[in-house]
Amino acid sequence: MVKIIIDGKEVNAEIGDNVLEAAAKNNVFIPSLCYVKGESVKGENCLGTCRTCSVKVNGNIMAACTIAVCEGMNIEVNEPEVTDMRKALVELLFSEGNHNCPSCEKSGRCELQATGYEVDMMVSRFPYRFTPRQVDHSSKFIWLERDRCIFCQRCVELVRDKATDQKIFSIRGRGTNARIEIDKSLADNMPAEQVRAASDLCPVGCIIDKSQGFDVPIGRRKFEIETIKERALKGSIDD
Amino acid sequence: MSDINQNIFERYNFDRSRLMDVLWDFQRRDNYISSDNIEDIALCLKLSVNDVKETLSFYHFFLDKPFGKHHIYLSNTVIAKMNGYDEVRQALENETGCRFNGVDKTQAFGLADANCIGLSDQEPAMMVDEVVFTQLTSDKVKNIIEKLKQGKTAEEIANPKRYASNTLDYVHAIVDSNIRTASRVLFKPERNYKQILNTLITTTKPEGVIETLIESNLKGRGGAGFPTGLKWKLGREAQGKDKYIICNADEGEPGTFKDRVLLTESPKDVLLGMIAAAYAIGSNYGIIYLRAEYWYLKAFLQQQIQDFRDNGLLGKQILATAFSFDVRIQMGAGSYVCGDETALIESCEGKRGTPRVKPPYPIQQGYLGMPTSVNNVETLACASRIIEEDSAWYNQLGTPESTGTRLLSISGDCSQMGIYEIEWGTSLNSVLNMAGAVNANYVQISGPAGDSLSVEKESERVFCYSDLSCNGSLMIFDHTRDILNIVSDYAAFFVEESCGICVPCRAGGVELKNKMHRIIDGKATQLDIDEIKQWSKLIKGTSRCGLGTAMPNSILATLDKFSDIYFEKIMVQKGPLLASFNREEAMSAHELAYDNLVHKGEE
Repeated sequence: MVKIIIDGKEVNAEIGDNVLEAAAKNNVFIPSLCYVKGESVKGENCLGTCRTCSVKVNGNIMAACTIAVCEGMNIEVNEPEVTDMRKALVELLFSEGNHNCPSCEKSGRCELQATGYEVDMMVSRFPYRFTPRQVDHSSKFIWLERDRCIFCQRCVELVRDKATDQKIFSIRGRGTNARIEIDKSLADNMPAEQVRAASDLCPVGCIIDKSQGFDVPIGRRKFEIETIKERALKGSIDD
Repeated sequence: MSDINQNIFERYNFDRSRLMDVLWDFQRRDNYISSDNIEDIALCLKLSVNDVKETLSFYHFFLDKPFGKHHIYLSNTVIAKMNGYDEVRQALENETGCRFNGVDKTQAFGLADANCIGLSDQEPAMMVDEVVFTQLTSDKVKNIIEKLKQGKTAEEIANPKRYASNTLDYVHAIVDSNIRTASRVLFKPERNYKQILNTLITTTKPEGVIETLIESNLKGRGGAGFPTGLKWKLGREAQGKDKYIICNADEGEPGTFKDRVLLTESPKDVLLGMIAAAYAIGSNYGIIYLRAEYWYLKAFLQQQIQDFRDNGLLGKQILATAFSFDVRIQMGAGSYVCGDETALIESCEGKRGTPRVKPPYPIQQGYLGMPTSVNNVETLACASRIIEEDSAWYNQLGTPESTGTRLLSISGDCSQMGIYEIEWGTSLNSVLNMAGAVNANYVQISGPAGDSLSVEKESERVFCYSDLSCNGSLMIFDHTRDILNIVSDYAAFFVEESCGICVPCRAGGVELKNKMHRIIDGKATQLDIDEIKQWSKLIKGTSRCGLGTAMPNSILATLDKFSDIYFEKIMVQKGPLLASFNREEAMSAHELAYDNLVHKGEE
């Protein structure tokens, strides 16, 4: 155990926890979109791509998932400047991609949508770009709706073909042209539960299970029953 | 696997981490990397096809479809644009019969732009296959394309005297070094490397080497300025089965070319610096990560390594001691972000050049997960001089806080473009005088990622770590240059070179670029200026690596120091919104109408 300060309050944190987890265990919610609890990627415990968990650590802005707690660390979460930065990053994603919640199957269980509510986003401060993006429906079980991709890399790093351990999702291109690709032959061998898991892993509605849609009625979906904040805080207490 | 591919895979021992080399070998053989070969590569390196494409599609110079027999990349830096880029571009299209980003009908030429290719002192410049042509004019282009059409190779045209590609004459035939100052620390002629190394190994323990470097106060010359001695100390203390030394020769910062000149004129200084680092840290293996824009230096550098091996300075049991160390050259393939040390390591491992999440830092976990000291070319060359002389000698140069010298790559509006070795502590004014810049208005130091200086306001500022901690790039612009266009060009550069892994850099960069266009087009208002400042804060604060955090620098600095040119462009509403609208008149007219209507009704 180490003592850390979160928003002026001294609390305990477990050695080895990152700031995001330590805050959640102390009932302080930090939004995040790429972080997957308990998953290790290439020896790292985070992807560090979305930056929406940015907080101030000893006065410097850092992504909470990338930093391990240490004794005396001073963390500011609900500080106005960095709170607005987290909100701005969520808004930036909304203007970069094409996110049309009312027509999206993932609505109500989409982490981007739920986080948008959580950070009090009304409309993006950035101009909507309406970027043309190609969707890929060629695989047997998965719709790849790139309009909604936020390029978090969860699927790239965490979904593997069981037999070959090869990646099913990969990256192509770079910068603004970077996009997710699906390995059709490997994807067509995915068992139903893996397809479901990949679709659940996707924080947005980019990886959609073709076999199952609207299985939970709108209004009864997970973030409609409990906010993403409530779920995140409860989840870590349950552990 | 086809038989002709077998050799390539064997050359790299079917090692996945050598994917960059494998891709280059296929491309050099076939002019591009076909989808059949991509499948073969995947199979033989135990990767998926998409894994191979993931790496391939990251780099500017890797081609997955035919791009003509001769690949022509024209440098499109702001410096090139000041020196006849447009004319040369047009000439290239006319002579080859092909448009940019396309291939001509005969499949002979592929044309494309490239970001800075390290030749700002002799722009316009272009890469053709593996050589470069400098100081281009439309006549020169005509001549080169004509000869290519006659069947000559680019190498034969650039090197008419047919020097062997592993000689200094060959490199000099292709590019000029343009060193403008006498040697102080760097470019010392005729050094006896064997004697220097022998003295070092026989008289000094590794800890002693580190101690000397710490006392010398040498800081990393790549830009970050991390103390070199401390890095080596951490490397020595770090735990790992193997340890690695990587020389970062990926100078991609637009306007910089000092490493090109160091590797041309003093390559063995750099190698000796690597050997000293390896001895200090306890490493047996080194890599020189050479940017693909410098292909024409590769054979020459390989020869320098071979000379050292032949003389017992590299290889097993160096100078008959137990110390072994050898070096290989890793070619890059066109990516600015690979100058970031963790992105560079990823690239050395055959992956996309995506900067890693830090910590851990490379000195703890770097190449193949092992402790790795990544040092800049110039840092290593300086280190080789410090171990020859001593730290006291080095401390005499520069200032107490910023010891030694700094190489500046100077380009732009001056009479003497080229390489200058200045002592830290030199003022901007004296640097401009040295270079013969008479009408300088704006100076961009450390490239687009660095700082923008107003000569009028800041000429007394001094190059040192506490003031102008320049990374070596210095571009001079006189009063005739359009600063907004230059800065807008930089914004576009960052968008092109962003790896795309994190949101603020990938998406935010586009917003900054669009804002610059709005300003230039005269469509911006004060709100745009305010948003530039706010959004820059966001991008600087939350980006994953230095590319993102540095991206807004030139916009913010010019906005601060040359605010007039921005405010001339933005729409300002002076006075009331509708100048022709007279409120009182309008109100009285209403009253009149009302009266008329009401009274008419009563009558």
